[in-house]
Amino acid sequence: MSAPATRDSFKSDSSGSPSTSVITVSGLGKTYATGHVALKDVSLDIRRGEIFALLGPNGAGKTTLISIICGLVNATAGKVEVAGYDIVADYRAARSRIGLVPQELTTDSFESVWATVSFSRGLFGRKANPAHIEKVLRSLSLWDKKDARIMTLSGGMKRRVLIAKALSHEPEVLFLDEPSAGVDVELRRDMWRLVRELRDEGVTIILTTHYLEEAEEMADRVGVIAKGELILVEEKATLMRKLGKKQLTVELTVPLSALPQALADFGLALSGDGTRLTYTYATNREGDDDGLSIAGLLAALSSEGIAFKDLHTEQSSLEDIFVSLVRRAP
Amino acid sequence: MNLQAIRAIYGFEMNRTRRTLGQSVVSPVLSTSLYFVVFGSAIGPRMAEVGGVPYGAFIVPGLMMLTLLTQSISNAAFAIYFPRFTGTIYELLSAPVSPFEIVAGYVGAAATKSTVLGIIILATASLFVPLEIRHPFWVLGFLVLTAVTFSLFGFIIGIWADGFERLQLIPMLVITPLTFLGGTFYSLDMLPPVWRTVTLFNPVVYLVSGFRWSFFGHSDVRVEVSFAMTLAFLAVCLFTVRWMFRTGYRLKS
Ligand SMILES: Nc1ncnc2c1ncn2[C@@H]1O[C@H](COP(=O)(O)OP(=O)(O)O)[C@@H](O)[C@H]1O
Ligand SMILES: [Mg+2]
Repeated sequence: MSAPATRDSFKSDSSGSPSTSVITVSGLGKTYATGHVALKDVSLDIRRGEIFALLGPNGAGKTTLISIICGLVNATAGKVEVAGYDIVADYRAARSRIGLVPQELTTDSFESVWATVSFSRGLFGRKANPAHIEKVLRSLSLWDKKDARIMTLSGGMKRRVLIAKALSHEPEVLFLDEPSAGVDVELRRDMWRLVRELRDEGVTIILTTHYLEEAEEMADRVGVIAKGELILVEEKATLMRKLGKKQLTVELTVPLSALPQALADFGLALSGDGTRLTYTYATNREGDDDGLSIAGLLAALSSEGIAFKDLHTEQSSLEDIFVSLVRRAP
Repeated sequence: MNLQAIRAIYGFEMNRTRRTLGQSVVSPVLSTSLYFVVFGSAIGPRMAEVGGVPYGAFIVPGLMMLTLLTQSISNAAFAIYFPRFTGTIYELLSAPVSPFEIVAGYVGAAATKSTVLGIIILATASLFVPLEIRHPFWVLGFLVLTAVTFSLFGFIIGIWADGFERLQLIPMLVITPLTFLGGTFYSLDMLPPVWRTVTLFNPVVYLVSGFRWSFFGHSDVRVEVSFAMTLAFLAVCLFTVRWMFRTGYRLKS
């Protein structure tokens, strides 16, 4: 895997910041007027040029976090810098670098696709650039709909329009809040292609999701948020290795009443009826040569004379990791 | 200053106006014409002149104000309420625009629309009654000033309203009565002294009076007072809007 942290340092000239983080969140807290605590002391660095997935169940605070960074919600504690600019004191500099695709399908109705996307560009202070708008619309397969009124479009098309609006002003950072919610397969595929292209152009992408395969497939790094707390931030590959577990299940021919002493090192679990042995091991142990590999276990079983009729392995997905993390959260 | 943003908002709003041109022009013109048919042509000839001005001409400034106020308020209120209602306001809040730029775009568009409307009504009125305008510059001045002030007031209502009913409430329940009781159809000295005093608490009196002065050269209240009162109301609205954006009132949670 290439190193996203060092990619695209050429683009950081505009920030005047030597660091590779494009967004710095420190000690961010949000308590809504209802008294609901939506974010607790969240600190996070987003690296320039990476795809960062913010993962968490519904109500975890993902949209709240994004909304604060983008200026839709006021934080009650902490601060955020975008490209070195404070989102409150230097809101112009901060916001002009950001494109936001909101979770809800909130579009104009009577305006044409072309008009609404051009409007967004103007709103973000950029001079009209029909060539760029055309490029964006084409990349989202919206070109032949450019004169259509938005209300005549399907839900999927409206989502494309929202993405086009967010890209109209050539942002350095793109937020996608639950981009796959209610999206058909085709759009999802187009979207991921676009996200990769943007990343290759140096755009930083932050997406929230509770579809885990999305984070698994797309992200360079993953942050897990639950009940307003950022539980963990990790390279996706590291996360998978560190927390990913493999399980080997061995179906025995003859039930065992107890585990033989010779197998103690493996930390096996024996099912109640004595017919099934379960061996759980971290995937990053693979290749370790301490005899505790699957081969080692199988050798130990045969030397103990324990016969088995079947065996299979399972690897935990990001989903399993996620569920176990959220359960562990306070 | 994000001039592109002001242009974008202003253009967006003017496009919306163009799309709904029929209803935004036809209905006020029609209702004004009806007023002239009833008050100007039917009743007017039986009325005495007011301060040397035929009754038909006398009511022109008041009628223009009536339309100007209601249209300014409802245009601007709807312009900002609708994005709040549909959720598209997210984009405005996430954009690198200052409150001033947002207000300039929305209020500028609403005020433009009602100023144009006022001029159309003036043109319509001149078909019914002969009009001689003493201070054309001041007519335009009061027209624009009132349009801006009440568009700003409408903008405030659009941020404050949390339902379409409330959006209608202020224009219906407050502005129309105040305008009717603000000397639109009569001169204040036609009222008994007590009512004359009460009326002086009605801000619309100052608008209509000042406007009428710029048409006919005389008025119920001194024109300087009218002008100052309008500016004062503008200032109150400006401070309210500033406060709303500072606190995020009903815009941000
Ligand atoms: N405007 C609001 N007022 C009060 N509570 C809110 C508001 N917006 C969100 N919440 C609450 O804050 C929590 C986090 O919401 P949100 O950030 O939308 O979560 P997510 O996007 O992770 O699903 C939820 O419990 C939600 O009900
Ligand atoms: Mg959400």
